[in-house]
Amino acid sequence: MSLEACNLSLSFSGVPLLRGINLRISPGEVTTVVGPNGAGKTSLLRCLVNELAVTSGQVLFNHEDINSWTASDRARSLSVLPQQSLLDFPFTAEEVVMLGRTPHDTGAKRDRDIVAEALVAVDGHYLADRFYTQLSGGEKQRVHLARVLAQIWEPSSVHQSPEAVKKGCHDRYLVLDEPTSSFDLAHQQLTLDIIQTFASKGVGVLMVMHDLNLAARCSDQIVLMQCGEVVVSGTPEEVLTPSNIRRVFEVEAEIAVHPQTGKPLVVT
Amino acid sequence: MLILALLLPSAMIVALMMGPVAISPVRIIEIIFGADDSAVHQDGMILSAIRLPRVILAGLVGVCLASCGTAMQGLFRNPLADPSLIGVSSGASAGASFVIVFGGVWLQSSSFFGLSLVAGGAFLGGFLAVLLVYRLATSSTGTSVATMLLAGIAISALAGALNSLFSFFADNDMLRRISLWQMGSLDAANWQRVSIAGVVTLALMVFLPKQSRALNAFLLGESEARHLGVNVDRVKRRIILLTAMGVGASVAVAGTIAFVGLIIPHIIRMLIGPDHRYLIPGTALAGAILLVMADGFARVVVAPAELPAGILTALLGAPFFFSLLTQKRHRALR
Repeated sequence: MSLEACNLSLSFSGVPLLRGINLRISPGEVTTVVGPNGAGKTSLLRCLVNELAVTSGQVLFNHEDINSWTASDRARSLSVLPQQSLLDFPFTAEEVVMLGRTPHDTGAKRDRDIVAEALVAVDGHYLADRFYTQLSGGEKQRVHLARVLAQIWEPSSVHQSPEAVKKGCHDRYLVLDEPTSSFDLAHQQLTLDIIQTFASKGVGVLMVMHDLNLAARCSDQIVLMQCGEVVVSGTPEEVLTPSNIRRVFEVEAEIAVHPQTGKPLVVT
Repeated sequence: MLILALLLPSAMIVALMMGPVAISPVRIIEIIFGADDSAVHQDGMILSAIRLPRVILAGLVGVCLASCGTAMQGLFRNPLADPSLIGVSSGASAGASFVIVFGGVWLQSSSFFGLSLVAGGAFLGGFLAVLLVYRLATSSTGTSVATMLLAGIAISALAGALNSLFSFFADNDMLRRISLWQMGSLDAANWQRVSIAGVVTLALMVFLPKQSRALNAFLLGESEARHLGVNVDRVKRRIILLTAMGVGASVAVAGTIAFVGLIIPHIIRMLIGPDHRYLIPGTALAGAILLVMADGFARVVVAPAELPAGILTALLGAPFFFSLLTQKRHRALR
């Protein structure tokens, strides 16, 4: 069971954006894609969640081509947080999070409980009745984080189509594109905690992140990208070396060891 | 919602009383219980042959226009969208003008199931325009809502040009009929038209609410809706089809009636929020109320002549639209 890119390439009107990418996101693991602007991180994410059609290669979702899944079966086990959402209608924050329950038929009461728990998890319970359109940027992003969490809050083995049950899909995946970009320090830490809690429950997490230290702290696998190709991937210790950082970012950096977590700490 | 549901029957009763010949509530009760009096009998004739079908038709057309407007605003994620955006109204106008100008006298006097050929031309014109817009916006990768918007504008412009071209060939009498038709009026109401509009409205009210949750997800954006398990292209196709049908039929039986599809979804969204599960039935009821009342006033303001109802809805709608625009500007400045 996994979300997998097999020799994946993507080009737009002849311009190659991604070349020969191989990547595997396993349940219970956190994979973070890092790299300079325009390296193709978001394009890779969008290919993996079937938002962009690949030019060549294949995306496998639980060993089957992702196109062979119906939208609703996929939505029950894969949720996606885009870089930004353009919602221009005066929903309350609670209603926005409730949209995350759209693919499920667990009943109004269970849905309400999950929505409340998800809002608490992102420190957003006090936003519940506020209008989404009047929230700050960071608050909006937290509401959307709660929404994608609510979507895969619990394994949905009960309410699946027979076909999905046959494919044996109980796994859940969370795909986040720069989830912490507009958060303050406290909420960045909170987000990492949430991600690790979900991973410990067997959720496979894939995200794009710019902060190398945050990525090092919570990732099992880091994928370093440049110009549409994977330069190197592996554990944070393997990937975050002075030579790799110099090669990709053209920045001189020292690698220290985090005094508490023991993870690499990039000092520039 | 409950208030709206109660308001509709009372609006209809009030509208039944309004007209060049005022009918008192007492008289309506007398008519229902069949009092044996020639004056009562005469008013009963007015009520059942003229006023009742007209009030019901106004209600049905209001339901169609307002709920289709709601669906369009959801689909385009734009609170300023309305059904005319995908070319229905302008296509219908061009179709109607074509029949008026080139149909000849004998064609116009003949009718098919209570619908004049002008109405048939309007329905066909509207449907053709939508079909064209949808085709233009659909490629192998799906239907692009943004392209649909542009195609809608282009087709509307084309239909508008055709409309002007037909008007150019028209004589004075035809011109007057064209412009009256475009103002929209319910004065041609009869039971056949009511049954046509009724069937369409029934279909809308059965199938449109089924798309509520998908429309809610749509407000987040198309790819988000897809990630929430919505079959985006199927939903788009169904909503476009339902809207073309609903608005096409409305335009065919009552001409182009402006602003119901634009302001009603707005007012109701302000009152109960953007959740389509409540918004669709809410706007349907409110649309019916507005048009029933507007048509009622249209009959009495300049009695014994009457104003086209489309003028009254636009008179109510345009100032509201202006205030909406200035509010938008305030929000942008803040």
